[in-house]
Amino acid sequence: MSTALVAASEGRAISRRVLAPIAIWAALLTVPLWLPLLGGYTALAARVLVFGLAAMGLNILLGFTGVLSFGHAAYFGLGAYGAGLTLRYLVHSTPAAIVAGTLLGGLAGTLFGLLIVRRRGVYFAMCTIAFGQLWYYLAYSWNSVTGGFDGLRDFHREPIGLGPLTLDISQGGTAFYYFLLAIFAIAVGLMGFLLRSPFGRTLLAIRENERRARFLGIPVERHIWLSFSISCFFTALAGTLYALLNNFADPLTLHYSLSGYFVVMTVIGGMRTFWGPLLGAAVFVMLQDYISSMTVNWMSFVGVIFILVVLFFPRGLLGMMRRRIAA
Amino acid sequence: MAQVILFNVTNGLIIGAFYVLMALGLSLILNLSNVINFAHGNFLALGGYLAFTLSPVVGYWGALLISPLLTALIGVVVERLMIRRIYNRDPVYSLLLTFGLAFVLQDGARYIWGPNGLPMGLPAVLAQPITSTLFFITWYRVFMVAIVIVTVVGLFAFLRYSRIGLRIRAGTFDLETVATLGVNVRHLRTFNFAVGCLLAGLSGVLAAGQIGLNPNMGDELLMPSFIAIIVGGVGSLIGTLFGGLLIGMAAALTTAVYPAASEAVIYAIMMAVLLLRPRGLIGEEGMMS
Repeated sequence: MSTALVAASEGRAISRRVLAPIAIWAALLTVPLWLPLLGGYTALAARVLVFGLAAMGLNILLGFTGVLSFGHAAYFGLGAYGAGLTLRYLVHSTPAAIVAGTLLGGLAGTLFGLLIVRRRGVYFAMCTIAFGQLWYYLAYSWNSVTGGFDGLRDFHREPIGLGPLTLDISQGGTAFYYFLLAIFAIAVGLMGFLLRSPFGRTLLAIRENERRARFLGIPVERHIWLSFSISCFFTALAGTLYALLNNFADPLTLHYSLSGYFVVMTVIGGMRTFWGPLLGAAVFVMLQDYISSMTVNWMSFVGVIFILVVLFFPRGLLGMMRRRIAA
Repeated sequence: MAQVILFNVTNGLIIGAFYVLMALGLSLILNLSNVINFAHGNFLALGGYLAFTLSPVVGYWGALLISPLLTALIGVVVERLMIRRIYNRDPVYSLLLTFGLAFVLQDGARYIWGPNGLPMGLPAVLAQPITSTLFFITWYRVFMVAIVIVTVVGLFAFLRYSRIGLRIRAGTFDLETVATLGVNVRHLRTFNFAVGCLLAGLSGVLAAGQIGLNPNMGDELLMPSFIAIIVGGVGSLIGTLFGGLLIGMAAALTTAVYPAASEAVIYAIMMAVLLLRPRGLIGEEGMMS
């Protein structure tokens, strides 16, 4: 009896592990087919992918290491500005812009991480917020280079040459969506590989019991630093894609409000789950798009969403589903 | 030249005084309840707006007294209804909650009092300069600094000598032991939150007289207050006091030399402190971790 039950639940777990990713990729691949039927548009799906990637990057730190950063917009925005500045001033090459932006955001995070790895909890969060705002003020006041409050304009994504072929993503729409999806897939694959590796398991051990991990001889600070750094690289990559998506980078991509959005996306979806942040990003982007078209008081609604999520859905959508399946 | 220097020094003193008042409230809440109150700047705006609405009825002096108390009362309601529920949970929830609250309060202020700036009337006595040579120092500036000094001294005396103050300080170090000794920690935290909001409300009334009112007037003070706490050292109110004065002075003096860098210098100080003395200038070892 009990073995049958165990076998059944194991079967369910395996089917979940295999079926869920298949369903997610199938949905993502067919977006241009079904989204217009629901009244959406492809650019909205592109935003979901970009914010989803940023939130998944944040979740390496938040959900899988148990360390809270409330300043990830800084690395997202640095990625965006890095890509924009490269396209505008250096070379007209989309891949170069992506690489430069990712490196800029990722390295800034790596260096700053060194300063704060010994902090924990709210103090860690407070340092990340304050450091994030530094870049906001820099982008805001360095008018001649960054365009100041109006943001960085006058650049656009370039077609990519692949030997004899040319991938024309400059027009936006479906081609650009699949370009984003391809990069998203590579990044998410890398993320899954990292989290399943012994390194990823060690991060989980630190999250569950830092003191025990330390007794086992795990260099906790180094792991948290690496996790912070990796997470910043992924978020910065998402930032470069955001700049390419809009052909625009503005100081608000660096503002701590956006950091808050990333955290709430992660929590809405479920911060202990791999795909949660993507789902949370989808929910948040759709809601924000809908609410801001309905009322000028959208800030109140977003604020109420934050409060309701914290008070009533702290596990997030996937966390609740997982719990129901387990029960 | 002497006037220019004096002008910037008084400016620094006033900016620093605002940072101090704001950061002390944040620091109180952070130390006892481990909550970063993102909505603190909005409590400041609330204090200012309440004074704006009340002063035609009860006069400026009445509003100066009543509106911080009202802000504290609203703080009590918010703490009881929401913030209390997340004390023992992961810090991510307290940040998200107060972040959402900040949005709601800011939008609420915009809804009630309108999106545009409003001027705050001052009694004629305060609006005059103290002498004609020091035309830039109005009595209001002297008055603000005096109020802040009295408040800060009062707060420290209260924490030092009163029974509740003693419990708050003890709770900062070890809340569990304080609870075991029979102190009602729930009430203590509510009271402490209210004191924090009172300070925010008071800075709101004072700031309204200097810069006028707008729905996001507290936002610009929030980040420097975080930095004042980090620079001074988490867990130490004296540290917060010095941190606030230090960055206020640094920002004002930089404005005199190179205005574009006045924000950047605050962050530079923070980075230097994190690099050279991670626990902050006066912070206790171990409080930050």
